[in-house]
Parts: sequence; structure tokens; C-alpha cells
Amino acid sequence: MSQSTPALRLENIVKTFPGVRALDGVSLEVLPGEVHALMGENGAGKSTLMKVLGGLHQPDEGKIIVSEQPVRMASPLDAKSKGIVFIHQELSLASELTVAENIYLGELPKKRFGLVDWQKLYAQTDEILAKLKVGFNAKTRVGDLSIANQQMVEIARALTVDAKAVIFDEPTASLTDAEKVVLFDVIADLKDHGVGIIYISHRMEEIFKITDRISVLRDGSYRGTLVTAKTNEDEITQLMIGRSLDLSRNVNHNELGDVALEVKGLSCGKLYRDVSFEVRRGEVVGFYGLVGAGRTEIAETLFGLREPSAGKILLDGQETRIHSPADAISKGISLVPEDRKGQGLVLGMNCRDNMTLPQVDDLKAGPFVAEGAEVAIFDQYRDRLDIRTPGWKQTVGNLSGGNQQKIVIGKWLSMHPNVLIVDEPTRGIDVGSKSEIHNLIRELAGQGYAVIVISSEMPEVLHVSDRIVAMYSGEIIRTFTSDEVTEDNLIQAISGITPDKAA
Amino acid sequence: MADVTDKTEARTSGPRESGMNSFNLAGAGRLLARQGILVAFAVFMIGFTLANERFLDPDNIMGVIRSSAILGVMALGVTFVVISGNLDLSVGSMMSFATIVVLDLHDKIGPALAIPGMYAMVLCLGAFIGFLVGYLKLNSLIVTLGMLSAIHGLTLTYSGGKNMDIADKEGTWFSVFGQSDVLGIPVPILLFALVASVLGILLAKTPFGRKVYAVGGNGTAATFSGIRRARVVFTCYLLSAFCVATAGLLQASRSLGSQNTVGQGLELEVLAAVILGGASLLGGSGTIFKTVIGVLILGFIQNGLLLVGLQFYAQYVVTWIIIILAVWLDIAAKRGKLWSPIA
Repeated sequence: MSQSTPALRLENIVKTFPGVRALDGVSLEVLPGEVHALMGENGAGKSTLMKVLGGLHQPDEGKIIVSEQPVRMASPLDAKSKGIVFIHQELSLASELTVAENIYLGELPKKRFGLVDWQKLYAQTDEILAKLKVGFNAKTRVGDLSIANQQMVEIARALTVDAKAVIFDEPTASLTDAEKVVLFDVIADLKDHGVGIIYISHRMEEIFKITDRISVLRDGSYRGTLVTAKTNEDEITQLMIGRSLDLSRNVNHNELGDVALEVKGLSCGKLYRDVSFEVRRGEVVGFYGLVGAGRTEIAETLFGLREPSAGKILLDGQETRIHSPADAISKGISLVPEDRKGQGLVLGMNCRDNMTLPQVDDLKAGPFVAEGAEVAIFDQYRDRLDIRTPGWKQTVGNLSGGNQQKIVIGKWLSMHPNVLIVDEPTRGIDVGSKSEIHNLIRELAGQGYAVIVISSEMPEVLHVSDRIVAMYSGEIIRTFTSDEVTEDNLIQAISGITPDKAA
Repeated sequence: MADVTDKTEARTSGPRESGMNSFNLAGAGRLLARQGILVAFAVFMIGFTLANERFLDPDNIMGVIRSSAILGVMALGVTFVVISGNLDLSVGSMMSFATIVVLDLHDKIGPALAIPGMYAMVLCLGAFIGFLVGYLKLNSLIVTLGMLSAIHGLTLTYSGGKNMDIADKEGTWFSVFGQSDVLGIPVPILLFALVASVLGILLAKTPFGRKVYAVGGNGTAATFSGIRRARVVFTCYLLSAFCVATAGLLQASRSLGSQNTVGQGLELEVLAAVILGGASLLGGSGTIFKTVIGVLILGFIQNGLLLVGLQFYAQYVVTWIIIILAVWLDIAAKRGKLWSPIA
């Protein structure tokens, strides 16, 4: 870190919306060549602050200063022209266009008569892509790329501007470990070029790996700035939520009951092959592996969304076929899907209606929906899961990620399933809600549920599981008990390094 | 360099959901937009009243509601389709078909059989569309636009291109639906009110209604909740066809004779009414009550324009302007301002 003037400074930003003081005098300073983490629970004001910086909201009070010049961000385009570049969590690419067209959209190099200079365009693009060491070229159609590679395109786009500051919003949410390494190299490179970086993430390991300082927001106000090298997870968590968290290995084993679900030799085309496992009542089985290892596809098969090509599914010892989600639900299987907003919730609907959606046919008073019974169910699970919402009439889209996830969990718990499958239970959720959800999963197992947890986060899998199934490329490599698992042998199993099936 | 500048001023209530913010903004905007339509409506009404004193005459008002009834009944069914996230552009030519069929059958097999016969045929058309859109998952715009043309052809083929008339217009009881009054209220209005009440309750109070909103709001999430999407969409098109058949019955009974093209262009007016009521074309929102309001607004504006001396044919332009205005205000409500220079 140099002693130079800040690349970007936000001073006492205040932003109020009708009824809410979203930002209450927040200040933030990013030096050139610094990676500055911005942390806080969902709803702490991070997104609002970034929207102010990006010109989507105008602050009521306070100043934005770029390279010592107070500026006003009139629009996102204006912010970009002033050297503030955003890499968004939700990608904004045109999937039918090529990588090159996406990167230079709006400023395509031109020849005479306003025609696009394709040669120059592709040359420029390949130059940038070379820096990022990606495995695709300028002419690749964006829609053909993985999410991670699409993110690389976003980053490449940022590199075309003379950026003073680059904001990364949860950039690793959908990246594999290898892709993360590339991303961190890119960030280091930007850093060397004197660009200030704001890094928004919930993932502690990344924060400690790549950031220099950490600023924390809570409830719309600034709580402090820590030097990464001189702090620890506890201190950050304390600032964020005002208490500390436990993310240790799971050691409490419940009394195990009968086998609720058994899968024998299940295959589904190329997605996964010859998968066998069992889940007992009272047990949490974690499925760990890289994105694309086939974990989600297994869950979808069990929930009737995919037809298996071979193998058997046994529920309580009875062989069964699951034809549709409705069929799965009637057989006592519930799935909390990985994409909360896309698959889990109808965002425009209220909390109560979302929660009771799978059983709306059963909650009847005569021909009508028994709304009283619905409210009772909602109240019960709101209290049990500590869902923070003004009331059941609240539109689900207005809740924070953690509370949304609790609505989805409540929705499936209220079905009293025999087997509960939870896919990525805490993706994009703040640490406070995360630990509540972990505790809840353990608690559910304690009450005799058979639980499958699919997760890409190792600490999470280690924390909640009694046994861990490691998957690689559509196959189960090994099943660990929580006593024999270590971070090392788990990583090896899921990266296909030592195909040690002997255990 | 221990710059731990802890600023922990106690704050009693903090914004826990940053999503609230954009919601409040959109909510305020939406309110404004909705009121915008009502304000525009009020201005029109006052203007019409000043321009022509007949406008507020009870007979005129009753006349407007009465002539809106046919369009209104169709709009009720289309409301279900739109909330489920689809479109139905075939209702206009389907209404022509219903009218022609029931008039033709009236003289052939008598009104008592003609009416159920017509309902059955129209419901078959609805089921066919529902199958294509619901089960085969074809784009509803393409399917119903195609059906608009196909059903028109079907009607012309059926009638041989001729207008259809009932032979004995004086001696049939068939005219009760379109021409008689009960307790001083025209039967079309009563039927419109009846269908609106039944469908309003179906949409707002039953599991089926809830599923329509879920399917339109987020079809994937509906599937993940065990809802059989195809069945819901299919049923919406059946309901739409039922409403169209009822509209055809009212039309035939009122005129006892009809051209092949009696419903032509109604699909757009119906859509205008549904959107005016505030249903989103993206699906997931809208109510029967709002659609009824939309129908009445449209009816009064068209009537008012006629009374101030605008040519009848100008209404087609006006309907289009109203659609654009409604869609614009709907979008403006979502982004919180009337227009946005960025994107």
C-alpha cells in the first residue's frame, strides 16, 4: 500500500428511502493498488452504497471523490467514464453475441461508412483475453461459455476502460477453485497497475487471501475498518453481527434410525453414473464436489425432475419410481433448490402464499383456500425459523437473502417430509443467517429427518454432515465418515487427484 | 496502523432489507401510475360531460355498461391467461365463430340445443390452444395469433361466407340474453356481473387461482413446488374459451343475426382493458376486479369520444393509444420514473 492519495473516497454518504435510512453517513476510502473488502450482512447497505457509487441512486448527503476530484455520478455510464467499473454478481451479457462484441459493445472499432472493423476488434479482444489466460477466444459466442467464463468476459470488459477503481460483487459465487485462482491473478494484476479494488464477499477465506483492508457495514452505518493482516474472523464477525460464530467440524452425532432413502446404481445418461448411497433418519449426508460433478442432478432425479436411465430408488425399503415433483412431494421428498430466486420462490408473491404453495391443494375449506390455516402455518415457521418480516403480506422479493432462504426452508419443512434435500443452503447469504441455517439442519436431523445437504463450501459440509459423499465428474469417489474426513483427503477426492476408491 | 474506527452509534431501527428501498420507490411509482390512469380518466369524464350533457345521462351510462358487457366477459377469461403469463389473441375471431355457430344452430336444432352445442365447440377450440401452449409449451403469442387467423377461416368456411340470421326473430326466446331486463337491469350486465363474481372468487380464493399466480409469477418455482404447470395453463385457456362462448351468446342474442367478422379486432380491446386494469403482461399480477375497472374505463372513454363527435373508426386508433399509455405507465411504475435515458 502506498501513501498516495486515495483512488476513491466516499464521505458521509446518506441515502434515505421512504421510511428507511438505508445509508447513514457511510465513509469508505480505497487507495490505489489496494484491495479493500466491503463486508456486512445482507441488508447492511452494501448494495445501496454501490448503487450510489455507480450512479443508480443519488445520495441525499455526502461526497464521492475520485482522484481528489469531487464528482457526481449521473448514471452508470457516467460512473464508467469516470473510471469506476463494476463486475456484477448477476451478469449482464448478450448471450447471442461473441465475446469480442460483448466486450466492446457500444464502442466497436469502426471502418469507413460506419462498418465494424472486425479484424481490429478481434485483435484487441484476443490481446485482453491473453492477459486473463482464458480458454476461449474473441469469436466465441457468449451463450456457449460457462458462468465462470462469462464472468471473465465481464472482467475483460472492465479492463478496456482506464479504471481508477473496480468493484467486484461476490465474484466467486459461481466459480470453481481453478477459476478462482485465475480471478485472483487478475485482481493482483489490477493491483500492480495501481487500480483500487472494492471486493464484496461473504467468504472469509477469500477475504483473508486477497484483501488489504476490510470495511464493515451494519444496518446502514459504517462500523469500522480493519487491516486484514492484523485481524481475524471473529473480530470481523463481531463487527458485522455483534457476536461470534461457530463453524467447527460437526461432532454431535444423533441417534440414527431406519434407512429412509436408499439409492442403488442410479445413473442418468452422462450426468452421473452408478451412484449408490443411503440416508438414515437422524442423519445428515453431505454431498461435496465441484460444480458439474452431478450432485444437483441427483437431487433433481430424486425430486422427479429427471428420469434416471438405470438404477433403483428405495424409500423406507420400498422400491419406487418418482415421476414428477408432485409425485416426489406425495412420497415425502422435499427439495430446497439451489437457485432460491429462480426455483425456490415466486418473488412477486407474499410470504405466506410462497410458503404454503406446495400444499395449497390440501389446505381447503370447502372449495376455497383455508387462509386461516395458511397464516397459522406461516406464523409457526416464522417463529421457528426466526424469519424477520413485517408480516405474511410482505412480498418475498423484498426480503433479504437469508430470510428468503428461510421461507423456502419453511415451505418444505411444513410438508413434513421423510427426506429433506437441501441444495446450496447458504449461497449468497450473510454469515448470521448462515449459522442459523446450519444449526437448523442439525436440529432437523435431531428430530429424525433424513437430510441430504449439497454444498460447494467445504466448511459448510464439514460443519453439518455426519457423512460426506465426495463426487467427481458424475461418480461417487468416496464416502467419508466425519471422523475420517480431512480437508486434504476431501479436496483430493473431489478433484479426481487420487481415485482412491478403496475406502 | 490500527485504524479500527468503530462507529457504533446506537440506532434503534435499521434497514434490514435493502430490497425494501427499491420496493418503496416502485410502490410509490406504481401508485402514481395507477392514479395517473384514474386522473386521466377523470379528466376525460369531466371533459366529456362539459362537451356533451348526455354523457352523464343514466340511460347513457347504462348503455355504456351494457355495450361493454360483451367485451368485459371476454376480458375476464383473458385475465386468467395473462396472469398465467401467456397471451390470447384469438378471442376476437373465436367470438365471431361462437356467434355464427349459435345463430346457425338456432334454426337447425333449436336454441335449447344450439347453446350447449356452441359452448362445446368453442371449448374444443380453447382446449386445443391450451394443449399447444400448456402441454407442447409453444409460444402463446404465435399460437393464438395463428388461431386468430385459423378460426376466422373456420368461421367463413362454416358460414360459406354469408351473414347468419335467425329466420323468426319475433318468435324466439333466444333474445332474452341480449335484449331483456331483470328488475330494470339489462341481462348482459347481470351476466357480466355473475361471471365476474364467479371467476373473481375462483381467482382470488381457490387453490387453482393461487396456482395461476404462481405459474405466471415464476413457472420454474411453481414446478419445483409440485404444481402441474401445463394443467394450469390449459385450464386458463378453457376458461377463456368459456368466456368467449358467453360473449358470443350475448352478441347473437342481442342482434339475432350477425356478420362473420363481428368479433374482429376485439382481441386488442380486450387486452387493452386487461392492461388498463393493471395486469402485467409478464404474468403473475392482476385481478378480476381490476379488469372490470379497465373494461369500464375503456367503455366510457370510447363512448365519450363518440359523443364529442369523433368518428367511430377513430376508436381503433384511440384503443391503440390507450394500450400504449397503459403499458408505458406500467413500466414507468416499475422503474419509478416516466422515462429513463439509460438502457
